[in-house]
Amino acid sequence: MKSNTQLLAQVTEFIGYEADLLDHKGYQEWLTLWEEKGLYIVPTDLHETDYLGTLNLALDDAAMRRMRVARLENGESVSADSVGYTVRMMSRVRVLEATPELVTVRCAMTLNELRHGKLVTYPGNVEYQLVPAEDGFTIQQKVVKLLHAEGFLRTVSFIF
Amino acid sequence: MSELIAKTNIGQQAAGMVDTEHGRVRKELYSDPEIFEEEMDLVFNNNWIYIGHESEVPEAGSFKTAFVGRHPVIMSRDRKMNIHVLQNRCRHRGATVCEGRKGKTKAFTCPYHGWGYGLDGSLRALPKPEEYDGVFDKKDMPLESLRWESYQGMVFATFNKDIQPLEDFLGGAKKWIDLFMKQGGGYPLKVLGEHRFNFPGNWKIQLENTTDAYHFPIVHKSFVTSLDDATADIFDFLDGEGFVEDLGNGHSVMVMIPQLIDLEADLDQPIPERFNELAQALRDEGKTEDEVKKLVRAAHGTGFNLNLFPNVSCSMAFFRVLRPVSVDETEIQHVALGGEGAPAAFNQKRMRLHEHFQGPMGFGTPDDGEAWERVQKGSMAGTDGWILVNRGMTRLRTSEDGNPQGAVCSETGMRGAYYQYKKAMSTPSAVKSEEK
Repeated sequence: MKSNTQLLAQVTEFIGYEADLLDHKGYQEWLTLWEEKGLYIVPTDLHETDYLGTLNLALDDAAMRRMRVARLENGESVSADSVGYTVRMMSRVRVLEATPELVTVRCAMTLNELRHGKLVTYPGNVEYQLVPAEDGFTIQQKVVKLLHAEGFLRTVSFIF
Repeated sequence: MSELIAKTNIGQQAAGMVDTEHGRVRKELYSDPEIFEEEMDLVFNNNWIYIGHESEVPEAGSFKTAFVGRHPVIMSRDRKMNIHVLQNRCRHRGATVCEGRKGKTKAFTCPYHGWGYGLDGSLRALPKPEEYDGVFDKKDMPLESLRWESYQGMVFATFNKDIQPLEDFLGGAKKWIDLFMKQGGGYPLKVLGEHRFNFPGNWKIQLENTTDAYHFPIVHKSFVTSLDDATADIFDFLDGEGFVEDLGNGHSVMVMIPQLIDLEADLDQPIPERFNELAQALRDEGKTEDEVKKLVRAAHGTGFNLNLFPNVSCSMAFFRVLRPVSVDETEIQHVALGGEGAPAAFNQKRMRLHEHFQGPMGFGTPDDGEAWERVQKGSMAGTDGWILVNRGMTRLRTSEDGNPQGAVCSETGMRGAYYQYKKAMSTPSAVKSEEK
């Protein structure tokens, strides 16, 4: 197996940076990480790849991402206000494909939420399509494949 | 014998906790595990329970799994296109014979000893059958089936063989189901997918919520803020001409947006700006302007929630299905709907609208979930207390169909559901001897 350790280090750093922003509710900065046409997707069907043609838990274009962030920040959502902090671990980062224009990466995520005093855990695989930029990457697509996406989830008032 | 009397008393006691005169219910109805056990029999075994839509088993061999109360069942379609509702339990040693939400199969095979059942539930084959010579005949050991009936493709099943026909039970709700089905835009209604989530609270909290307009501007303020001004105005309905009507048998309709009751009326209205993109996509597909207007209006969904006792609602644009798991846990499905054979742009728009509000990551549901969780927690406070559902009870009028009707933010529908609950909990079980 050939490895490009520099690229791996760069994408790992970027994924860690994004995760840190989300755990610390740096949502405005998170919005700047995206390509304008980028899509944030949380599918209901883990085998589906036609995301536009199927129902997802979330399929956010730029406008929906901005609205999602506004909902979490504007103090009008009772569920968003009662969420404490989340703590997520991103690991097992693997570059699946890399061209000068696009890097496809898959990694593991375990997100923990403290909700009304109870710990709720969300394990999943996350797939990124990242566009190399001068000082890192921008996100063209992020697909969060929750392990229990096809089962019954608790309601979510944060961003995976 | 004493145990039998005690168990009978629980149903009667629960029925007694619904105070119809004052429009209130005892808070123990949310939290008493013995009452919950009795509800599983008297409400969920003895009544028509929604299990799915016919479009979810579109072809010969299609199946979906569901629950009637706590009983796992399979809805299947056989080679002759007949639908069957079967208990998901091998007749041998009880293992489930079908897993997964949905799929296609030729047979249901028990993983334990390999008994194989047809799509109609008949026992087709089993390994080493000679050991059953003189013990039983295969034809007497099918998967046990439930009585089922459907209306407009909505399939309901029951353990109660003596229950009234489904259409009689639906009664005054049928007119509203017919109106609801118009949102296929001229195409048969079809299930496009579903969101699933749970909340730590009693199932009746969800039953009430679908007929609760009073909470909307409070709980869903952040959703309304996310809409364009014209759409936000549509959702500002508490001072409008909407109403809640008790349709009998526990069913009710809450009309929030009267201009969206009949999606095939007022087709000459201008297309709202937020649907411009959809309208253009439909024109690009060669749809006439009349077809475009009909599809765009259907894409909105209806302006009402139809609450069907005890576990399903035709809620504006989707089916809401609840399943009680335990006294303080409930699973909910938000089933997205579109048109069978409708333009892809239409169905995609319907799914995007569904994702916006519904499901565990929508802009609406998490706030509902928070409120319901708080109801369950709060209802534990005190040794004595009531839940009030008396809003608007002295300001009722009679609807054109002769039903009690109150303001859109009244609790008329909740009272209707609780009257039916009281009736169910005070009626002896017709299936208990089979079940226990």
